[in-house]
This record gives sequence, structure tokens and C-alpha cells, in this order.
Amino acid sequence: MQLKKPKSIRSALAVATCSMLSGVSHHALAESTPWEIDTALLYYGESDADNSRVTVVEPVIRARKEIADDEFLTFRFVFDSLTGASANGAIPQSTPQTFTSPSGDATYTTSANQTPLDPTFHDSRGAINAEWELPLSRLTKGIFSANFSKEFDYTSMGLAATLSRDFNNRNTTLSGGLSYNADTVSPVGGAPAGLTPMPTTTAIKKTTIGSDQDKNEADLLLGVTQVINRHTLMQLNFTYGMDDGYLTDPYKILSVVDNTGTLVGTDPYLFEKRPDSRARQAIYWKTVHQFSEDVLNVSYRYYWDDWGIASHTLDLKYRAELGRGHYLEPHLRYYSQSKVDFYYYALPDGTSPDYASADYRLADLDATTIGLKYGITRDENSELAIRAERYTQSSGGDAPFPDVNANIIQLNYSLNF
Amino acid sequence: MFRFTITLLLLTLTSLSGCSNFGVQPWERDVLAQKKMQLDPYPVDTYLDEHIYTSREASSGGRGIGGGGCGCN
Repeated sequence: MQLKKPKSIRSALAVATCSMLSGVSHHALAESTPWEIDTALLYYGESDADNSRVTVVEPVIRARKEIADDEFLTFRFVFDSLTGASANGAIPQSTPQTFTSPSGDATYTTSANQTPLDPTFHDSRGAINAEWELPLSRLTKGIFSANFSKEFDYTSMGLAATLSRDFNNRNTTLSGGLSYNADTVSPVGGAPAGLTPMPTTTAIKKTTIGSDQDKNEADLLLGVTQVINRHTLMQLNFTYGMDDGYLTDPYKILSVVDNTGTLVGTDPYLFEKRPDSRARQAIYWKTVHQFSEDVLNVSYRYYWDDWGIASHTLDLKYRAELGRGHYLEPHLRYYSQSKVDFYYYALPDGTSPDYASADYRLADLDATTIGLKYGITRDENSELAIRAERYTQSSGGDAPFPDVNANIIQLNYSLNF
Repeated sequence: MFRFTITLLLLTLTSLSGCSNFGVQPWERDVLAQKKMQLDPYPVDTYLDEHIYTSREASSGGRGIGGGGCGCN
């Protein structure tokens, strides 16, 4: 008789388990819940074959607390300081080249046959993010967040809201979200008019279109998360984003060259110009699977936009448990993108496109990351980890810019108290 | 774009009806409840990675929304 009605046992057990669990969480909350604190310190140091480039040091603190049943507040504070040199977009020449700094008050010179780097980059950035996660009904959850960040030449403010609902015995979760960011770019020395000459002496000033420039970003997320079995979880997301406003990099230029690649004319450098809108889409798939103790984490993203970028990102992490709370996690990431329609390694003399950029980050580009993380979970309440990674970017097409290598070192410490 | 969204919605709905074949009972969630089995067990790592890659590559989005912007030269 009982064997004929397995479902009633299942549902009885489900009800019992759920009521026990909810009883436990009520009881736990009667006592005060701990603050979950995650801290990290990131070092990022970039170089090419000849020069060191950008160095970033970035501490992060994240604090999270359950303030009521399944209701959480999370705060994140970030500070980053950036120093070093960044490729300005011009190409190497057989003679030294002189450029003006963004302020127009100084010049810098690049030696013959070297990639021109602007050495005047010093920036600090502070960012704060607050997030409120709360149950809206038994199966529905909302996450609302706000962020603010400030650099000396960039301000960003944003809001985001995500709603999610569980189905199929909480094995399927559907999510939908919206976010909006209002940013202001305040370029040093004013925003240059696109495709006008960069002066090569301090006696001449660049043509500007004003100081503060607006940039807005709206994003939509649709996602589904599915429990596959006791050891496997899968996620599929689609995001659609619209940017509009000032999307140009005010510090990047292009070389104007003849058909031998030599600079021509009295104004051999032009400020870049990008379109003032961009529609972005991405599909993202992720799977987490546990073997006996080890965990495999795989994700793939296909991204495309109306600037001409199409990219593949594959990310693999394997967490190998070493016993007694120690683990090792190798990480592999592969990225490949096609260039934007308005990318030029250098601008041929006599061409006058509507938009043009020589920023290598908009070129055909391949990148790999190889890394290793070592972590020690001392008990339920604390974890110490270090990760070291090597990130390499190389030209995926015929633009002969040099490989860029970055070393990434990160320390993490997490504590519940 | 519109046609793509419709296709995606159809795919999602189709996979949802198939989803009832997957899943676990509430008392089988011991493994899935572990921190290391969460979709984003180390959000600070994720934040820092996204900061690096969105400032060094031309792609963004997919994993989530609402991270905040940066000048990122």
C-alpha cells in the first residue's frame, strides 16, 4: 500500500523538511547574525617587452549581514590607485616622437621604434556599492542596489533592481533585472573635438567641445538557473545594454601615415572619435559541478555589439580539495574578440572616416589568463587565500601592436563575526 | 534584435518545460548548499576580475548587471 504512494511520502518529507528548516532559521535569527566580512588586496602590474605600463593597487572590503529572515544588506568599498604609462594609440616610428600631455601644459617624447606610451597617468578611484536583498513572497526575491564611484576625471552613479522567482520545487529560478548608470567624463584639459589634431607643442592648444561630458548606460538581464541534480547547477543569462553619450576615450590618438607607414603632414596625430551610441548583447552560460569533493566551474560568454565586436570568453576553474580545509584552484581563461568597424592601426593620409580609433583594446585581440589560487578555510568562519595569475594580450589580427603581459596577485581574507 | 529576443524566450520556455525532469528534493540539497557550490562563491574575486577585464577588453555584461562604471584608461 505504501509502495503505491511514494509521492505522498515525498511531499510529507518535503513539508517536514521545509518546516524544520524555517524553524531553524527563525531560531538562528533570534540570536544575532554575524557580519560576513570579505577583504581583498589586488596588485595588477602590466608590461610589454620594452616597458612597464600600468600598475594598479586595489583594496576591497565587502560586508554582508542578514537583518531579517532571508533579508540581507551588503556594502562594498573599493579604492584603487593607478600609476604608470598607457599606450596613446600612436604607432612606433624610426625617429623619436613628441606628444602633448592631456592638459596641454607639458610634452613627452617616445624614442625611435618604441610604442608611444603616455606616462602621465596617475589616477585614484573610490567606489561604494550598497545592496538590499529581500524576500517579496515565499518564492520571489528582490535585489536592489546603488553604486557611486569617483575618479578625478570620471564620476559614475547607478541603480539596479533584479527580481527572481523559484519554480519546480525551487529547482528552477527565473530572474529579470534592470540597471541604469549616469556617468560624467571630465577629461583633463577638456574633451578634444574628435578627429582634430593633437598639438605637438605646448604653444598650441587642442580644440575642445567643452569640459564635462555625459554618458548613460542602461542594461537588461534575463536569466534562468536550474538545479540539474544533487551535484550540478546551471545558469543561462541574456543581457542587453544600451550606451549613449560620450563614449570616446579623450586621451587616445591616431597616427596619420603614408603608404610606407611614415607620419605625414604638419598635424600627424588626430584625437580619436567613437560613435555616441552602442548596443551590446551577451549570452552567458555557467555550470558548477561537484565531483566527490572537488568542484568544476565552467562558463562561456558570447558577446556582440553594433560597433562590430564579437567575442568568445571561456573560463575554467577547478577547485581541488587537499584535505583539512586546504584547497588549490587552477584557473584558465581564454578570450578572443574581433575589432570594431572603425579600428585603424594608423589612419592612411587622405582618409576622413566618420569615426576612428587606434585603441588596441578595440582591435582584433586574443587574451589568456593562467592562474592558481590557494586557500585555507580554517573553520566555518574564516578563510585565507592567495591567487597569482598571468594575463597576456596579443594581436589577433594584422595590427602589429606588442604583446601586453600582466601579473596579478591577490590576497583574500574572510571572517564572520 | 526583436527576432532574437523571441527566439531566446521560446528557447527559455522550452527548456523550462524540460526543467521539471531535472532537480532534487528539498532533502537532497546538502551538496548544493555548500559555499563552493554557489554560482558566485567569491564575489570580491568576481568584482576584481570584471574590473580588470572590462577595462582591458571591449566586452562586458553577461554574468550580471549593476556593477558601476569607471574611466579605465
